[in-house]
Amino acid sequence: MGCGKTALVAALCRALRDELSVAVVTNDIYTTEDADFLRREAVLPTERIVAVRTGCCPHTAIRDDITANLDAVEDLVDQFDPDVVLVESGGDNLTATFSYGLVDRQIFVVDTAGGDDVPRKGGPGVAGADLLVINKVDLGPLVGADTERMAADAERVRDGKPTALTSVRTQPITEVVDWVRAQVPVAA
Amino acid sequence: MSGLWLLADSRLPTGGHAHSGGIEAAVRRGLVSAPDDVAGWLGGRVPTAGLVTAAPSAAACALAAAAPAPARALSARGEPSDALVDRTFPSRTGVSERGEESAALAGRGFPSCGELRSPDWARWDAAISARTPVAALREVSRTQGRAMLRTVRSAWPDAAIDGLGARPHQALVLGVATAAANGSPHDAAALAVHHLVGQVCSAAVRLLGLDPLALAGVHARALDEHRDVIDRAADAGTDAAALDDPDHLPSATTPLPEVLAVLHARSEGALFAS
Repeated sequence: MGCGKTALVAALCRALRDELSVAVVTNDIYTTEDADFLRREAVLPTERIVAVRTGCCPHTAIRDDITANLDAVEDLVDQFDPDVVLVESGGDNLTATFSYGLVDRQIFVVDTAGGDDVPRKGGPGVAGADLLVINKVDLGPLVGADTERMAADAERVRDGKPTALTSVRTQPITEVVDWVRAQVPVAA
Repeated sequence: MSGLWLLADSRLPTGGHAHSGGIEAAVRRGLVSAPDDVAGWLGGRVPTAGLVTAAPSAAACALAAAAPAPARALSARGEPSDALVDRTFPSRTGVSERGEESAALAGRGFPSCGELRSPDWARWDAAISARTPVAALREVSRTQGRAMLRTVRSAWPDAAIDGLGARPHQALVLGVATAAANGSPHDAAALAVHHLVGQVCSAAVRLLGLDPLALAGVHARALDEHRDVIDRAADAGTDAAALDDPDHLPSATTPLPEVLAVLHARSEGALFAS
């Protein structure tokens, strides 16, 4: 929650939209605010950004009952045949992960300011995601978070899977963009 | 029987968790705030919206049970084997719970095995639309129908879904799924009411922070109090199917939930899709 998921999605759209056909599904908890933000920022044409409602359970909507998200993704695929659909979860907690019935790859974003012990604690999101993004590392010195230690802890629990340290709002996210590009067959 | 348990389970992934059975709009206007209010809301909705969805569920179950095997099942296996035929007409035995053996069904006008035909689902679909006055609720019904269709395809590949289209009303899909799960038309009607009540009760827990045990009680009492609605829906649906005439489906509603559904669909900041 507040770790920079929507900002990351916006940055990915800006970086990829010229070379790939991109669409987005957002899972806001009780508004269409994330979708509205992405539309306002004009990162993609409005019709390529869809918001689903999750009935107070963003967790359920991406893992246990993926129906609403499948509907949204299928509609986007029918309309635009995109190379990549980014599904942004509603802000949830460290145990929130996507079903692989819905996604091919998942990125888990944690906030440096949320505590530098988060990677050490692990959990399904931190340990299992295909890419872990530790965001807002520029805030590390301000909140007393040791980002090097976070990266080392992540490496220990992630069994060789990659981790990227980012400051989405102030720095380019080249590492994340390259990773996403490498996951899309058409761009390889 | 086990298939019916699956259909009755709110954890079956068919998207139901994102719908509140209309109660979110009532909660947001302060019309519902306690378990008794939820029971009152159900007292208005079950005999109207519940009846109107339960009856075509029962009809679809009866029609699906009498339908020929899906074309793909036949073409994949050549001539239908006895085993396939047995599986394709499950509710001919499944209705015994209601004391209606297949002979009795035939007596109510159902075709015998020799004269099977595919149901003309479009007519039944149109009849449900005609009984769902506002476009917002027709859309909700079709969204949930599409979702349930996806689940049914995975769970019961031989279900009689051919001709239902991509976005049928949920009541039809539920009826077809019930038949595929060896359930009776009465089971289909009961499931339709159970799902309506379940959506309302679980949404009330999440929206109002009510005691989930109290709402489990509301759920159980609602099913008990509205047994007559389930019975009427099952009878009306079975009769309509026997006559092959969707005009015999019941219709009933009240204005407030219909208006609230329209306002909900247009509202900002709603938690539930309906």
